[in-house]
Amino acid sequence: MDLFEYQGKQYFARYDIPVSKGDVAVTVDQAVAAADAAGYPVVVKAQVQVGGRGKAGGIKLANNADEVRTHAGNILGMDIKGHVVKRVWVENASDIAEEYYASFTLDRGAKKHLLMLSKEGGVEIEEVAVTNPDAILMLHIDPVDGLSAAGAKKAAVDAKIPEKAQQGVADILVKLYRCFVEGDCDLAEINPLILKPTGEVHALDAKVTLDANADFRHPEWEEFKATEELDAREKLAREKGLQYIGLEGTVGIIANGAGLAMSTLDVVNQVGGTAANFLDIGGGANADLMASALEVINSDKAVKSIFINIFGGITRGEEVAKGIVEALGRVDLRAPIVIRLDGTNAEEGRSILANAGIPESKLTSKPTMLEAAEAAVALAK
Amino acid sequence: MAIFVDQNTKVIVQGLTGGQGKYHGLRNKAYGTQVVAGVTPGKGGTDVEGIPVYNSVAEAVAATGATASFVTVPPKAASAAILEAAAAGISFIVCITEGIPAQDEARTYNTLVRDFPKVRLLGPNCPGIISPGKCNIGITAGEIAELPSASGPNVGIVSRSGTLTYQALYELKQRGIGVSTCVGIGGDPVPGTSFIDCLREFQNDPETHAIIMIGEIGGSAEEEAAEFIKANVTKPMSAYIAGVTAPAGKKMGHAGAIVSGGKGTAQGKMDALRDAGVKVGQNPTEAGSLMAEIVAGLR
Repeated sequence: MDLFEYQGKQYFARYDIPVSKGDVAVTVDQAVAAADAAGYPVVVKAQVQVGGRGKAGGIKLANNADEVRTHAGNILGMDIKGHVVKRVWVENASDIAEEYYASFTLDRGAKKHLLMLSKEGGVEIEEVAVTNPDAILMLHIDPVDGLSAAGAKKAAVDAKIPEKAQQGVADILVKLYRCFVEGDCDLAEINPLILKPTGEVHALDAKVTLDANADFRHPEWEEFKATEELDAREKLAREKGLQYIGLEGTVGIIANGAGLAMSTLDVVNQVGGTAANFLDIGGGANADLMASALEVINSDKAVKSIFINIFGGITRGEEVAKGIVEALGRVDLRAPIVIRLDGTNAEEGRSILANAGIPESKLTSKPTMLEAAEAAVALAK
Repeated sequence: MAIFVDQNTKVIVQGLTGGQGKYHGLRNKAYGTQVVAGVTPGKGGTDVEGIPVYNSVAEAVAATGATASFVTVPPKAASAAILEAAAAGISFIVCITEGIPAQDEARTYNTLVRDFPKVRLLGPNCPGIISPGKCNIGITAGEIAELPSASGPNVGIVSRSGTLTYQALYELKQRGIGVSTCVGIGGDPVPGTSFIDCLREFQNDPETHAIIMIGEIGGSAEEEAAEFIKANVTKPMSAYIAGVTAPAGKKMGHAGAIVSGGKGTAQGKMDALRDAGVKVGQNPTEAGSLMAEIVAGLR
């Protein structure tokens, strides 16, 4: 789950990482109140989960309430690369002496935590990685050892952070690491991490991605979920406990397992069709889940045919079949189904479907993934 | 021969008294796997259809001499279960649990590396391992795995994706091609066993004559495997990578599969494997056909 900047800053604040005084606002009046509380001058920042908001006019400096009113009025409702701005973050403007970069992620190749630290901040780190790779310190941290204060100080020195900022950067690294580990982040990034003329080091931006698997031990994440930007189909799927991603095509996809679902998209594409979605009903799919999956797909008006691709491991064929029969009783499906069912108890499943009295115009069964894909694509045309 | 597990492997099931643990544990036993005990704290002294249940892995190991464990407990308890098995002397741990936080996985993996360097963890979030006719640990339906033939050629399978593992087994079964061992390494960010670990074993296994590898988008495990293949694998290989059409920046179902920052694309992985001499199919069936050609050439 990706957090908005303001949420990231609130999350950072829980771990004592210094951020600017500010507040989030959804109206112009709220923005002015936030600015009054933060102290002028302030920066009004569009809250969208997409890069390039500064260039798009989504970040403005305001010296007084009138300017806040103007800028917040312009930015709220602004469309930035297809993202409509619903909130602005208004914070006390910081004087900047220098800009650095710091982030923690998991390096899957090395199976260790990775600290990236650079004295070249404020620009895309990918850009620095290309133009000046030596300017980025990449340090692997064993998750069993963690990052000590001494280790953080050494990293700041090795990254050639100027001496006057080394201690401040090291302190923040220790806190950011704690946020990354205890806060169950996939990514915790500060860019820019600034040095003020007065000597303090401070997080001017926050980019945080949370690991959804750790949801069970973070009740404080509830408020973040409320603002997650999902399309209507994705929202419905989430409520039903399904892994769903909306796409632009016409063949609705239901498969068990992420790999098979991806593969199903690929095969549909290869035979000349386009997938309307990615939907993984997971390992333990049962009748109820299958019925829910069909309801979600049915809510997508673009869907012209539905390709159900099941290979049973934990998922049992008869449960899948029961779910389809149940769903056909419960929902009036607009599109015909093509199914390919193999694996655990597949024969029982096929016989349930064959004996359920479903007309062939509603459901066809195909023996292989390729044939099923071809049939589904033909129906979608 | 087979890799990692065979007919002599004695297996305990951590979580045997749970719904999933019971279902799959009994299926594994029915397949012929030596499932010798279950472990559920507080349920020691009971049994599940004749399989004795112990309170701890240590007790189960002392009583049965088991060397492998099948961990099927909820995400919150999985890390502790894995480390308990390692501490009790289990040397091969299969964890099918889905949804373990990445931070827990990273800590558990590195704890194993440091404190129990001889222990191999397969998974988490994997379908398990099957050496057809000998041992099946996990959730694979045994009947879709073709038995290896004494005269060969037999194929080893290694896959990052659960259901595509079954698909690969099925493709070979339909073509009557024997399987030495099929390993599902799982798609989580920190898998205990990598493609390379399996490729090395297959290369050294006299019963394995060719290898199928199933990868997916995200990370760089396939690219690293390609480097390893180039330098170390002489046995012929076919492969398939899922997610050619996956949009960038979207997690496809689980934490592992995502194309981000132009990295981890299916195309990049396919190119790397081709460059290493692997025959790459556009879909699982094509990878199966390519393997059939390879096997025909070996016969």
